[in-house]
Amino acid sequence: MSEYLVLIYQDEKDPWWSDPATEQKMMQQHQAFGEKHGASIRGGNALHATHAATSIRPDKNGKMTVTDGAFVETKEALGGYYVIEAADLDEALAIAKDVPAPGGGVEVRPIMPT
Amino acid sequence: MEFAVAEAHRNEWAFVLAATVRVTRDIDRAEECVQEAYARALADWKRHGVPLRPGAWLTTVSRRIAIDSQRRHETQGRVLPLLISQVDERESSSTETEAISDDRLRLIFTCCHPSLNFESQVALTLRYVCGLTTPEVARAFLVKESTMAARLTRAKKKITLAHIPYQVPSAEELPERIDAVLDVVHLVFTTGHTAPSGESLVRDDLTQRALQLARMLRDLLPEDLTVAGLLALIILSDARRNARIAEDGSIILLSDQDRTKWDRQSINEGLVLVGESLARRPPARFSLMAAIAAVHAQAPSYSDTDWREIVSIYDSLLLTWPSPVVALNRAVALGFADGPAVGLATLDELAGNATLANYPYYSSARAEFLRRLGRLAEARTAYVHALQITENEVERAFLKKQLDRYFKEFSPRT
Repeated sequence: MSEYLVLIYQDEKDPWWSDPATEQKMMQQHQAFGEKHGASIRGGNALHATHAATSIRPDKNGKMTVTDGAFVETKEALGGYYVIEAADLDEALAIAKDVPAPGGGVEVRPIMPT
Repeated sequence: MEFAVAEAHRNEWAFVLAATVRVTRDIDRAEECVQEAYARALADWKRHGVPLRPGAWLTTVSRRIAIDSQRRHETQGRVLPLLISQVDERESSSTETEAISDDRLRLIFTCCHPSLNFESQVALTLRYVCGLTTPEVARAFLVKESTMAARLTRAKKKITLAHIPYQVPSAEELPERIDAVLDVVHLVFTTGHTAPSGESLVRDDLTQRALQLARMLRDLLPEDLTVAGLLALIILSDARRNARIAEDGSIILLSDQDRTKWDRQSINEGLVLVGESLARRPPARFSLMAAIAAVHAQAPSYSDTDWREIVSIYDSLLLTWPSPVVALNRAVALGFADGPAVGLATLDELAGNATLANYPYYSSARAEFLRRLGRLAEARTAYVHALQITENEVERAFLKKQLDRYFKEFSPRT
């Protein structure tokens, strides 16, 4: 068995997010996902939007500079993740296809075994 | 003896590799085991003679090497999945030939996995399913050997790290995954059929590899009508091979081909497959393309072709595959069905399309219609434009010939 990180990317400006009814709908979708794939889910969380993010980078002198915002500014931002366990990539992809990600999509990355 | 081993290398390498990957679950390790098996063959065959079935000998030895090396790793305390016992069980339940076929099918699904980029899928398939060497694969796609080697290494690494499985996909996933495999095989064929650049228009090595792959898929997935469609398309296109290229290497258009040089036996085989593959609803993209090739194959001459039938097939094709190139071909067929004025008008409707702007066939098709309508100045401009953007030497020569043939007196500047 291998572990995969499923990164959920979503467009924070998608009108989907400004509708209060959708938040509950989203919760239900994740709950349904959790029930369907509970045996494979090793962890996961939702993240606050990138306006709450802080990035840290070393400057030329090696001093740490703290800045507001996401590390990489992109249209779709990381909004949450799951850690799943699967026999192989095909199984992982089949699970990841069920991850709710309205207004975006997911990226599946194998986790290095420790 | 070296000859026998070299011969077995050429013919059997890919089969031996596929069988070994099943044990190692890793292409690199499988390659090493196969290499070792060939080295042993050189010594063993010298002493005991060439075995009756060299491929079977090599497969057995290579897999034994793989299993031994896994056992060694196991005793060194490495965690090993329960593969070996599974392999042994499966071995006894299926005949050797069946097992080898299954191995190749598994491997092609791995090589054409959608999580690999398309270029890598094609490279992996040619290298590991067809057994071309890395320099051969590099030459096929006109890239440097080091570039191709790096591409293959990167792709193999992804297979290992992401645990892309060596297995035939589940029934649910299968149709989509077969489509991905067919796309790769089709690209291999078209690359060979019309080499995008370079001096030779056709690369028989690639068209033949594509034909072999399509036949293999047909054998392994006889129920799948999309596979039948692609095989039909390849067979029907390849049946015209001997009529496509003149002795000086220049291209002969479908309209000017000597149809007695078409391979009738292949055409008959292709027609049966087309009929079968069109039973699928809706018909797959490659089946419709094969159906168009079938209409041409049955026509006594270019002018006696059933262009209206071809236009109607293009209409269906546009529904499943709304590509500008399909729309271009439909416009050309319409021009033959309803006359050059209709053809030209339909082409001009596509004028704003960015893909077609850099597509030499669009300009040369316009040039042909303009010429037939007697609008020679515009025709000449369109030919010159096509000539400027085509990269294939043979097609350039063809366009130059057309310019010479029709515009010599018209403009001495060419």
